[in-house]
Amino acid sequence: MAEQPTSAPLAPGPQTGPVDAISVRDVTRDYRRPRASVRRPSPPVHALRGVSFAVPQGQRFGIVGESGCGKSTLLRILAGLDQPTSGSVAIDGRDITGLRERQLRFVRERLQLVFQDPMSALDPRMRVGDIVAEPLVAQGHRHRKERVAELLEAVGLRADAANRYPHQFSGGQRQRISIARALAPRPKIIVADEPVSALDVSVRAQVLNLIADLVDELSLTLVFVSHDLSVVRHVCDRVAVMHDGQIVETGSTEQVYEDPQHSYTRRLIAAAPTLDRALSGVSAADLNRE
Amino acid sequence: MTPAPDTAPATASASGQGSPDRPDDVLTVRNLGVTVGGRKLVEDVDFTIRAGERVGLIGESGSGKSLTALSVMGLLPDGLRATGSVRLAGVGHDLVDADEARMSRVRGKEIAMVFQEPMTALNPTMKVGRQIAEVLLVHRTRPDRASARAAAVDLLAQVGLPDPAAAVDAYPHQFSGGQRQRVVLAIALANDPALLVCDEPTTALDVTVQARVLDLIVRGVQDRRSAMLFITHDLAVVATACERVMVMYGGRVVESGPVQEVFTRPRHRYTRGLIGASDLTAVDDRGRLATIPGSVPPAGRFPAGCVFRNRCAHATEACATRPDWVPTGPDSGYACFHPVAESGVRGTAVPTNQEAGRG
Repeated sequence: MAEQPTSAPLAPGPQTGPVDAISVRDVTRDYRRPRASVRRPSPPVHALRGVSFAVPQGQRFGIVGESGCGKSTLLRILAGLDQPTSGSVAIDGRDITGLRERQLRFVRERLQLVFQDPMSALDPRMRVGDIVAEPLVAQGHRHRKERVAELLEAVGLRADAANRYPHQFSGGQRQRISIARALAPRPKIIVADEPVSALDVSVRAQVLNLIADLVDELSLTLVFVSHDLSVVRHVCDRVAVMHDGQIVETGSTEQVYEDPQHSYTRRLIAAAPTLDRALSGVSAADLNRE
Repeated sequence: MTPAPDTAPATASASGQGSPDRPDDVLTVRNLGVTVGGRKLVEDVDFTIRAGERVGLIGESGSGKSLTALSVMGLLPDGLRATGSVRLAGVGHDLVDADEARMSRVRGKEIAMVFQEPMTALNPTMKVGRQIAEVLLVHRTRPDRASARAAAVDLLAQVGLPDPAAAVDAYPHQFSGGQRQRVVLAIALANDPALLVCDEPTTALDVTVQARVLDLIVRGVQDRRSAMLFITHDLAVVATACERVMVMYGGRVVESGPVQEVFTRPRHRYTRGLIGASDLTAVDDRGRLATIPGSVPPAGRFPAGCVFRNRCAHATEACATRPDWVPTGPDSGYACFHPVAESGVRGTAVPTNQEAGRG
């Protein structure tokens, strides 16, 4: 909350009550760039520099930041697609750091991802039914056909969509397909990376409503990553603002937006154009002022 | 049948043959259409932009907004054909159907453009200083390379690049996305164009960088008294950067007018829906956003009659025929049989206290 990055109370203490869906403790991730010189190795890139937070079951947790802030690295680590350099990540109380791929199976069941670009996230040569069923195949699920039909209906698509290919759908419909696929293994946690950034305005509201409906009905925990503050504000209960590999501020979304404490958060909010502010006379120069 | 909303003396403009109607008119677009095969992607687009005026063109994918901009620039992809008339003050010929030799004399001089993706707009193998100098030398607005280079340094300083004297000798990959977009803007402004066309110039940028680039664009055109056509899907951006806005859907302008008016008292049902759907502060009792049902049809597959009628809750049989343009002012009007009542205030969203502040 204060200017101090990663405040201590964030780090989950000894567990009391229900286990947090996600708990991240002091995670760092360093990368090495390819050598630029024969004499010395290039300096490491500190993509994450001591990130800690916890997401209780059922919460909608937003992560906001600009490109290069480390939010994508963090997501990959949460999903078990990458390992932190130090620190630990627990999903439903089970540490996933240092596990091998076959030991990560429970993560794949509990936590699913929805990506920004629904076209590159869907295999163009597979029929929608097979795309949605793929996580079920991996898990040896029976009655896949019925489950696929049920999932397509849940995301507002007709059952005959299963026989068609991704390119036959619009951007919003493709994002519905990605969501159906993510829900297939009955996960309890959905991690969505900029899920509506590529969508048209009139379709964005539909997909945001769909996500909200599903999170409610299925009592999901949602981690929602976006560069768009107004979207996070609408979707999430709590928000973490990332800058330069660190969480610079965290709190309830209302509190962070109404009364930002960190200078970076203030700058981010001040720079974002909104219709209401524009109509009350805020100019481009004003957005750039802070 | 053709809406001619932007010129008060409609009769004078209807002919559309001569040069722009009034001395201040920079860009005069009449009856612009874009077709591919037999399919109409854009039809009957009419508007005028005067010197120093900043006009936004908003719409979703497939609305025809980018095709409109590309036809103004004479940059339509192969196979697409523009019809109608696009006149630019000071240019003796129509830009529609002008051959490449003529257009290349206009482009980069009278009209300049800023695209969404700065990396593809810049030549990766050429120092940015030379890329700026090139546009000055090609159009012979600077006599020699030395003075063009000096002008390039000056332009980079104007767009706020740190250490412009060194920046001229850097390659595009050495800059960040926002800095590259500023280089593109420097090239666009180099010859003080009468018209600057911006197509989603800040969409790929971070919020704080977007604020910077928007500010530079607005200042750049204000300083030169250039006309600006600004294309975006982002209502907040257009309301911030422009004075006037045209709303496109299905290849037609369905509503236009001053930003303040269109966004606070929209008349067309689509505009109303768009504003409602983009307002993330107004929710129903279940916490859900207002939506427009269905999705945007692919370009050229919009319904006949009113293009919005298959998604519109107010559509009737009347909407199967094409609605006439209803002018509401010199630069404003709409095309809808069942417009929002004039008193209709936008959505449920009255500006909330913290957002209505000074910013």
